[in-house]
Amino acid sequence: MQTLANSSRRNFLKIAAATGGGLMLGFNWLESEAAPSAIINAAGTNAPGLNFNSYLSINPQGIITILSPNPEVGQGIKTAFPIIVAEELDADWTKVVVEQAPLDTKKFERQVAGGSGSIPHSWQRLRKAGATARYMLVEAAAKRWNVPSSECSTDKGVVLHAASNRKLGYGELATEAAQIPVPADAKLKEIKDFKLIGTTVKNVDNPKIITGKPLFGLDFYREGMLFSMIQRPAFGYKLKSLDATAAKAMPGIVDVVTFTNNVAVVGKSTWQVKKAKDALKIEWEKADTLESTSDHNRLFKEMLDSGEAMVRRKDGDVETAFKNAAKVVKSEYQCPFLPHNPLEPMNFFAHVRADGVELVGPTQTPELARNETAKLLGISPDKVSVQLTRMGGGFGRRLKADYVIEAVQVSKLVNAPVKVIWSREDDMTGGSYRPAVRYRFEAALDAQGNMIGYKLRGASINAGNSTREDNFPAGAVDNLLIDSVDHKSPITTGPWRAPITNFLAFAEQSFIDEVAQAAGKDPVQFRLELLEKAKQKPAGAIKYDIDRMKGIITLAAEKAGWGKKKGADGKLIAQGFSVYFSHRSYVAQIGEVVVQKGKPVLQKVYSAADCGVVVNQSGAQQQVRGCVVDGIGHAMYGNITFKDGVAEQKNFNEYRLIRLNEIPEIEVHFVQNEIEPTGLGEPSLPPAGAAVANAIFKATGKRLRSQPFVEQEEFKSVS
Amino acid sequence: MAIFKLQINGRLLQADVDADTPLLWVLRDNFGLVGTKYGCGIAQCGACTVHLNGEAMRSCVLPVSAIGKSKVTTIEGLSVDGTHPVQQAWDKVDVPQCGYCQSGQIMTAAALLKKNPKPTQAEIDNTMTGNLCRCGTYHRIREAVKLASEAPTTNKTSKR
Repeated sequence: MQTLANSSRRNFLKIAAATGGGLMLGFNWLESEAAPSAIINAAGTNAPGLNFNSYLSINPQGIITILSPNPEVGQGIKTAFPIIVAEELDADWTKVVVEQAPLDTKKFERQVAGGSGSIPHSWQRLRKAGATARYMLVEAAAKRWNVPSSECSTDKGVVLHAASNRKLGYGELATEAAQIPVPADAKLKEIKDFKLIGTTVKNVDNPKIITGKPLFGLDFYREGMLFSMIQRPAFGYKLKSLDATAAKAMPGIVDVVTFTNNVAVVGKSTWQVKKAKDALKIEWEKADTLESTSDHNRLFKEMLDSGEAMVRRKDGDVETAFKNAAKVVKSEYQCPFLPHNPLEPMNFFAHVRADGVELVGPTQTPELARNETAKLLGISPDKVSVQLTRMGGGFGRRLKADYVIEAVQVSKLVNAPVKVIWSREDDMTGGSYRPAVRYRFEAALDAQGNMIGYKLRGASINAGNSTREDNFPAGAVDNLLIDSVDHKSPITTGPWRAPITNFLAFAEQSFIDEVAQAAGKDPVQFRLELLEKAKQKPAGAIKYDIDRMKGIITLAAEKAGWGKKKGADGKLIAQGFSVYFSHRSYVAQIGEVVVQKGKPVLQKVYSAADCGVVVNQSGAQQQVRGCVVDGIGHAMYGNITFKDGVAEQKNFNEYRLIRLNEIPEIEVHFVQNEIEPTGLGEPSLPPAGAAVANAIFKATGKRLRSQPFVEQEEFKSVS
Repeated sequence: MAIFKLQINGRLLQADVDADTPLLWVLRDNFGLVGTKYGCGIAQCGACTVHLNGEAMRSCVLPVSAIGKSKVTTIEGLSVDGTHPVQQAWDKVDVPQCGYCQSGQIMTAAALLKKNPKPTQAEIDNTMTGNLCRCGTYHRIREAVKLASEAPTTNKTSKR
């Protein structure tokens, strides 16, 4: 194995003897493909130095501290990342301490909770960090024992020399290991030799969560901190006049300030501020179109019928295919705006001082928060520090920095440390919704029931491209046209867990079910035939792995006893199939519906996922289950409507979230393979809606083409 | 504003607040007991659940003036060190995803088991359905309540 001298600083793994003689090992993800090397910090400080990203430290007692750089939003990254490091290190997991790192893009490069991208991005980097440290510990032990390192092995935090029956703990070796030259390419384990990865590991924050310790942004308090709540305009309005006399006179109120059409009440406690906000006398005036849900329904029709759309993908000759079709299937699907509703409402702490800005709070993109703050104030980003708190959910809402910037604005205006808190009503009416969409599908079948033509038009409100033009069945249909039209609305939208695919998959996978029905084919067989066609005779570019897609379809069908499973009454159970590839993972789901008291009831969902290697069984199982619950919950119940720019649902008494007594049984399966792992925070959500809708169709003959299901006539009229 | 003396987790604490201030905000802003969470403010989500004389209550709609001499237990007072059977079950089943709703879930479950140490599945569902979990950890919540109900000492509750 090659070793490098302490030369090029920026490519280094950072080794520093931590305070008390521990080993600190930082490693550079930005340039992790380059050969790392070592710096020995003989001064005994734990200064991490510049340009290093993640690091782990080992103290003389053998306690291994692993910093987790990515924001934790419930996706389990704070547990999964350290597992990967600890696996290659052969650490004793009971001696691993995990700490949340602050924003430091010079060290950590990608600190984002979004796009299910953390694991694929960091897999190799994290393994290398662990393997490199393990190598150095082994070398240190071999040196002390004066034996070849090839005779040494490691297990659970100790280095062993079997021939002489000796062993040394990592803590005992830390200081000596720090002086071993860092290897350029420490050997990684064979995947079959993993001991920790793929096992069941509990959430590292459980002890704090179950005892109510401060963890979340809303839990952050600072001496002298003021509280602020903000009255924001509805969509299409601006501030006309403000009378804050009464509010300012209320106890605990320090000030009422305005910025960009917002009115911020600042005071000494949350409740005082909330009451004063309610006492504000504000006049708003129209500044843009005031849109209502009825306008959107009209706009959808106009957009779908419009001659102008952005072509996203065109294969073959669609017009001819439809002209020659033996049968044409045509359907439209619609999904409403949705709020994200993380249970912890938006909040952020900001302290704008002369020498810089301190930010603390829940964000999926701390770097964006920092950069927008710097831009707003006209200062350098390195004058802004960001501490990450655990997030009480995000679902994409915290990918925006609007609520961070508000805290910065208010802190600057009142010249004090301030935490801005959104009420649930602020959160639900404040925008950044999942966009609303309507899709029009057309399929052309030949006399044998083969799909020879396919058209999809997406019409959306603030979604940009509401299609994912390269997704299945693209590649499997010779003549295909996918285009989209978007309407720019004052109603703000943003990414919502599995953006676009969270509704597109429902529409596409329901429509495929309709086409299979029209072709007189089994829905699973129909999909497999299309995939086989894509493999044998691909139409245009194929951006998914056909074999993995087929594999996951087959696994789900097998686990659910597709088409064969019978209920207690001896009759076949009504099952609905759905499969989707999104965010690099493949997921197939089968819903089972029975009709009880005239209502379709979802009893069970089978979910099979191919996300490569499963890092943590506990986290992965729950992530899938949570995605299914989220997916079916919103498909069944979620809806935000508007009247003249004002959201009509403001809190959980008017907006229905799925509850414990409404969940189906969910059975989770994973493909076992050695493919590099991909994320799970999103991919299991998109297929859920169609698995339910298709099962409802099977059970009742009613096709649900709009969400939320419970508000559709087809759902209500089941008898 | 007025002074309110409250019995919280076995201690007498006082706060100078408006009489209509919900207990939730007194716990959080005045006493630093932030384990009790704000989720909706209208008793719909259950994140703010505490015990009032052993009964599960939504602290977000409970004015401080209504507490009187009632004994309040928050998640911080459920056990000294996280050893209440419900807390243990929550860890063992690995319930939390984001974790934000879980102290409310645990308090609801603990109150249920105090009153009804061996609840049926239906009783567990009926009670726990009042608490929202946006991550969808409901299956594990159900499992953890059941596990806690099977623990040998379900009466090992709060300090009082």
